[in-house]
Amino acid sequence: MAKIDLNRLEMPRQEPAERAKNFKEVALGFSPEQAKQEANRCIQCKKRNCTVGCPVSVDIPEFIKALREDNLPEAVKALKNKNSLPGVCGRVCPQESQCEAVCTLNKQGGAIGIGRLERYVADWERDNKARMDNKVTLPPPSGKKVAIVGTGPAGLTAAADLAKLGHSVTMFEALHVAGGVLMYGIPEFRLPKAIVQNEVDFVKSLGVEIKLDSIVGKLDTVDELLSNGYDAVFLGTGAGLPMFSNIPGENLNGIYSANEFLTRVNLMKAYQFPAYDTPVKVGKNVAVIGGGNVAMDSARCALRLGAEKVYIVYRRSKDELPARREEAENAEEEGIIFKYLTNPKSYIGNEQGSVKAMECYEMALGEPDASGRRRPIVKPGSEFMMEVDVVIVALGTTPNPLIAATTQGLQTTSHGTVVTDEINGQTQKKQVWAGGDIVTGSATVISAMGAGKRAAADIDRYLKSQG
Amino acid sequence: MYKIVERQDLAPNVHLFKINAPEVAKKAQPGQFVIVRIDEKGERIPLTFADWDTKAGTVTIVFAEAGATTCRLATLNAGDSIENFVGPLGVPTHTEKFGTVVCVGGGIGVAPITPIARGLKQAGNKVISIMGSRNKDLLFWEKNLRACSDELTVCTDDGTYGRKGLVTEPLKELLASGQKIDRVIAIGPIPMMKFCALTTQPFGVKTIVSLNPLMVDGTGMCGCCRVSVDNATKFACVDGPDFDGHKVDWNLMATRAKGYATEEKSAMAKSQCQCHSK
Ligand SMILES: Cc1cc2nc3c(=O)[nH]c(=O)nc-3n(C[C@H](O)[C@H](O)[C@H](O)COP(=O)(O)OP(=O)(O)OC[C@H]3O[C@@H](n4cnc5c(N)ncnc54)[C@H](O)[C@@H]3O)c2cc1C
Ligand SMILES: Cc1cc2nc3c(=O)[nH]c(=O)nc-3n(C[C@H](O)[C@H](O)[C@H](O)COP(=O)(O)OP(=O)(O)OC[C@H]3O[C@@H](n4cnc5c(N)ncnc54)[C@H](O)[C@@H]3O)c2cc1C
Ligand code: SF4
Ligand code: SF4
Ligand code: FES
Repeated sequence: MAKIDLNRLEMPRQEPAERAKNFKEVALGFSPEQAKQEANRCIQCKKRNCTVGCPVSVDIPEFIKALREDNLPEAVKALKNKNSLPGVCGRVCPQESQCEAVCTLNKQGGAIGIGRLERYVADWERDNKARMDNKVTLPPPSGKKVAIVGTGPAGLTAAADLAKLGHSVTMFEALHVAGGVLMYGIPEFRLPKAIVQNEVDFVKSLGVEIKLDSIVGKLDTVDELLSNGYDAVFLGTGAGLPMFSNIPGENLNGIYSANEFLTRVNLMKAYQFPAYDTPVKVGKNVAVIGGGNVAMDSARCALRLGAEKVYIVYRRSKDELPARREEAENAEEEGIIFKYLTNPKSYIGNEQGSVKAMECYEMALGEPDASGRRRPIVKPGSEFMMEVDVVIVALGTTPNPLIAATTQGLQTTSHGTVVTDEINGQTQKKQVWAGGDIVTGSATVISAMGAGKRAAADIDRYLKSQG
Repeated sequence: MYKIVERQDLAPNVHLFKINAPEVAKKAQPGQFVIVRIDEKGERIPLTFADWDTKAGTVTIVFAEAGATTCRLATLNAGDSIENFVGPLGVPTHTEKFGTVVCVGGGIGVAPITPIARGLKQAGNKVISIMGSRNKDLLFWEKNLRACSDELTVCTDDGTYGRKGLVTEPLKELLASGQKIDRVIAIGPIPMMKFCALTTQPFGVKTIVSLNPLMVDGTGMCGCCRVSVDNATKFACVDGPDFDGHKVDWNLMATRAKGYATEEKSAMAKSQCQCHSK
């Protein structure tokens, strides 16, 4: 074995000044040589730490090995064995706190770029479809029907697995496209929509029917689906209800929830207004309230639309920032201004009812709270003004209450999330499973997929037990 | 795709579409609405049920040409299809036997108030309806509304048909007449609903209005449709669209409706160019 190489290979990216003006993908991906070079650094550990760190247990050494032996079809197989959306996860997984965090080489600061390699293999598959012999042979139909509510990563994963097991699967989606947050939330420059569409098309190719414009609870309810011939229902409706902070002036024009802003920009393509009909306010001075992935995405969209100054206003300090490190760094490079230890007190409007300024407090950090992070405390008398004409509130989301309100006997927590068995996703209601953000509150793509996968296995077990 | 099976032009710039949407028709109730998107590049806009036919599987909408999207919608004909048609959205109008109910429809609001009047009539109420428009040419559905009402007063602002004046005048007379009115429902332009609510307030008669703020998804996901009712923020698409008119913050309604005035103008300019080149 050659000497251990701890130099993580950076993935080429668009230059900050350039990418801050377009919606094209920021990261450009490895070249074949670069992918091999990075793959060659993997020491193929006997004890597979990396696999343990992955929520869906991707056989990482295996796919890396195939990659460096130039056997890409085999790499694809090894990867897709456990992860049906590698093109998505390779881009948006918080690898630094999952697989890469526990990679043996991480102790010396040289973790293998697992996400980057995953992305490379997934993209290779997409570009070389013709060369892949990946026709899935479906087993004979089981005669069982499953309804899947919501087409986010949880629903798509459950649907694919159940279809591969021979069950007839119908998906219901409230919006006019499938994909959930992958389509309406995460922006094009971080996750190109063509990649999500490709995954959706794959699920359809397994015989899954996707009914768009179909809100369960408004059209048929879960109970009606069950009495109309579905043998099981999986709820993957996410956590789509935006929270506001209820401070004075929050309903002024120009103040958006991150969901509204991102939906206008990504789903409705307002960045191409007026070629596309949906408008969005292009601010001069934009403040984004919050410090998670959603806040970073909103800020970077605002910048790309043409804002002059974009601020991230976060009540704790840089150390507590919940966003992925890479995305916060990307944002900073692009020129987003971070205002830490700052929290809005009220919004001030002009005569037309549009926001023109925001009054803020300076904050200090106190003792750790229930989340383990230090609690932010208002510094008395620290109020100051910031001139802003667009504000994007990214303070988190909770599940939409519609499903819980229209389904008999579904148990929910005080946060509105659905109570399930942690392992198999069974709810308190017979024949109904749930997984993803509807159970955990806003989490990650990969955890939603993991939940979809485990529920699908349990649904299959149940359906088979029914004869 | 949802096919337009029938088109009627009810008044200048006001059109009726009957749309094939059997699943929506099956669940439709008075006061609910749909979100329509014409095509890939289209905006999602809300339109209220004007009628539906469960057997035929159709839903009827009536819309006025207000801006880019509604003007583009008006270029479609029977046989054409629209890409998206999502519903039924919102909470249905609360119907029970109240006693005597006054239904007020202003302008385009006459269409959505008609199935509500019908529902209230079926629930055993005495229904007194008032409809109004700017002038005679803009009136439509007088017969339909009359068929669901025990009494109907028609007003025009300029007196070219029916009684001259605003709908609030006969409303006020009814309230002042001493006859017991148990509830008022008003649908129409924001100022009309606001003034109906102001008219009934001194009489203490509960007044329901159907709020129509800007919307995107219509499912509670974005908060674009924020309204303030009784000093609390509500999402009109899921908490409404019906609210107690005496508790609505009308100033906020009016300013939020103008949130995109500049952008709408540029979209309209573009769509007019398109119409002219056709
Ligand atoms: C802006 C943003 C950035 C993010 N960035 C990352 C990231 O970098 N990495 C990461 O791992 N995670 C990220 N996340 C989180 C991740 O996207 C979510 O955890 C994940 O999408 C949850 O998947 P899900 O399948 O549970 O639900 P969702 O993706 O929310 O999908 C739920 C779907 O159900 C539909 N639905 C809801 N109610 C109904 C109904 N009644 N009937 C029919 N359909 C219904 C919704 O329209 C939606 O399409 C981000 C989230 C956001 C918003
Ligand atoms: C729940 C609900 C139900 C509705 N039902 C109907 C209906 O049955 N028939 C009908 O003709 N219209 C209805 N509307 C209004 C309709 O949605 C708007 O006319 C439409 O969105 C305008 O789009 P546009 O692109 O053509 O015009 P835009 O260019 O977007 O707007 C043009 C003008 O119309 C005003 N406007 C825009 N959106 C709305 C709105 N949501 N409500 C009121 N004014 C608006 C704008 O302030 C502007 O002055 C309803 C609205 C809501 C929220
Ligand atoms: S799915 Fe995510 S956590 Fe698992 S190996 Fe891939 S990038 Fe790592
Ligand atoms: S822990 Fe790191 S070095 Fe070891 S096999 Fe996994 S990826 Fe390779
Ligand atoms: S329209 Fe989006 S929440 Fe009401």
